[in-house]
Amino acid sequence: MEIKKGIAVSPGISIAKSLVIDAEDYRIPRRSIQPSQRMTESQRIRNAFAGAIDELTKLEATQDQTEGGKIKDIFAVHLRFLRDRSLKKKMTDLVHSQLVTAEYAVSATMREIASHFTKVKDAYISERAADIYDIERRLLKQLLGKKREDVEHLTEKTVVVARELSPTQTAGFNREFVKGLATDAGGRTSHTAIVARSLGIPAVVALEDLTETIRAGDTVIIDGNRGIVIVNPDEQTISQYQKYSREFLELEYKLDAIREKPAITRDGTKITLLGNIEFPDEAELVLQKGGEGIGLYRTEFLYLNRETDPTEQDHYEAYAETVSVFHDRPVIIRTVDLGADKYTQSKRFAPEPNPFLGLRSIRFCLQNLVMFKTQLHAILRASVLGQVKIMFPLITNLQEMMQAKFILRDVMEDLDEESIPYNRDIEIGIMIETPSAALTAFTLARDIDFFSLGTNDLVQYTLAVDRGNEQVSTLYSAADPAVLRLIRTVIQDAYKAQIDISICGEMASEPEYIMLLLGLGVKTISITPPMIPEIKQIIRSVTIEDCNNVARKILTMNSERQISGYLRNAARKILPEAF
Amino acid sequence: MQTGQDSLEKIVCEMTVEIKNADGLHMRPAMQFVDVASRFECDISVSNNENTVDGKSIMQMSMLAASCGTRLKIKAEGTDAQESLNALRELVEDKHFDEPTPNKKKKQ
Repeated sequence: MEIKKGIAVSPGISIAKSLVIDAEDYRIPRRSIQPSQRMTESQRIRNAFAGAIDELTKLEATQDQTEGGKIKDIFAVHLRFLRDRSLKKKMTDLVHSQLVTAEYAVSATMREIASHFTKVKDAYISERAADIYDIERRLLKQLLGKKREDVEHLTEKTVVVARELSPTQTAGFNREFVKGLATDAGGRTSHTAIVARSLGIPAVVALEDLTETIRAGDTVIIDGNRGIVIVNPDEQTISQYQKYSREFLELEYKLDAIREKPAITRDGTKITLLGNIEFPDEAELVLQKGGEGIGLYRTEFLYLNRETDPTEQDHYEAYAETVSVFHDRPVIIRTVDLGADKYTQSKRFAPEPNPFLGLRSIRFCLQNLVMFKTQLHAILRASVLGQVKIMFPLITNLQEMMQAKFILRDVMEDLDEESIPYNRDIEIGIMIETPSAALTAFTLARDIDFFSLGTNDLVQYTLAVDRGNEQVSTLYSAADPAVLRLIRTVIQDAYKAQIDISICGEMASEPEYIMLLLGLGVKTISITPPMIPEIKQIIRSVTIEDCNNVARKILTMNSERQISGYLRNAARKILPEAF
Repeated sequence: MQTGQDSLEKIVCEMTVEIKNADGLHMRPAMQFVDVASRFECDISVSNNENTVDGKSIMQMSMLAASCGTRLKIKAEGTDAQESLNALRELVEDKHFDEPTPNKKKKQ
């Protein structure tokens, strides 16, 4: 039994067998197998060779003899390596003698050969290491691609363990069987965390070397409440956790019971609770959990896991499906927020040295107008089906906002010409998620209908902390005085301009921040659907007067530690079961 | 070149060749070597001063990393040993893997 401590990012308890998945571009960690698995792993190596030979033979056949002579030679060389029995034997021997996985045996062997080449003095020969890495990738693709299929075709309850999960990997998850997630890297707002919360399954991240200590098929307990992962638990621990899991479900059940009740504070202030969603089929979950609409409809899913960009009709159908669930209740569609962490899988774009400060989100859209207009066209077309609003992400200055609005007007004219009906008065909002937007909120508020605070990026950009880097992720906190001051400014400016302000960042789904946010003047909160009942319970347990006092007190404090400590204590008094 | 005969079936032949092409025994020449060697029944081993490797394994052959001017000892064991050595010498020394030698390279 081994106990690992990480960061709890999605609540719940899960006890199941593990499936370990790696990414092709990461170094494959050394992971042990049971002696009984030796035959299986050796067979996986042989299958990978056969698969790679098959793939390469097909590739070679498509090469033009006259022009691609050089390339054909390279393929021919790689094929000789894949047919080299002594190479395959080196790997299967490693599996047998060292009890390691097929992936590790392949990676370790190929890297040993490559390092042999790099040491050769002859420059021409030492460059051949690149060929070896290429063959390694081809073999790993066979092994890992198979695993990815495994995730899609699970037949029993499983927890997925990985170094880090990409959107492409999680999009293929079979929701019926994936019961928990655990990753080496990541923070509270990493992709893994967001996906786990939207699926309503427990997740723990920042476990550092979990993938090296776990073996596929090991029984794992994921405690998404306390941030603990237990590998191969003993009988006693399992029964303890089964009991704890039942108690937790009872609490959830209790919270579900307040679904029909409104989110009103004890002194009568109505708070609007909306849901953040990633996929159209999550809309139902928002209703089930008592949400009153969609405060953030992420649209990146349309672009992931496919070869070609979505058509206008693809966009329209996805929006229409969601809007029809909510009729006259609000659905805020955020225009595409690609770039940085979300689109890096694609080979179509050159890698940027600093993607989070690069061509992402609205900047990307403003430079890819055809794609942007296609989406806007579909949103406008869907706007007659319900109360659709448009939201532009990552605005950093007034020009960007005006430009985006200008393009929207352009698309409206197109629709006029095509005689397609749409809501001419559709509300247009922006996300405030950069310090520059927060500091100029006063100006931006004059020309826009609503603000939505995107705290994930706001915290990252204000504090200059990469939320996915476990070595600095402890510095990432919404309770930092600098962040809170910006949030207060934005709320005040929205009030002065009399426009709507909501909050849709992860901060709003953390129970300890609710009193502070209400005290700062937030009346609309959009969160991940599974958290709606718990947040509603808190809202129903407080008075605005208490919240105002908390906010006033917090704004006099100068350290993140002091603030988060104070908030936790205040929240614990309100809903002790949740902490 | 020496020829020995242990029994009626087992013929062992040895020879030494010199790498003559400018870029040495990189991937493509290694492939040609392995392809020629694999045409024969006999076992073929190749050694530089340090290591002896299987002449039919591209991984092992390329890891010899023999540069231009390197002398390699080739040993063949089996019924068609002599033929295999002839073919290999032709490839390495006469054709030098269809690649330029240092002198020709300078002239170009």
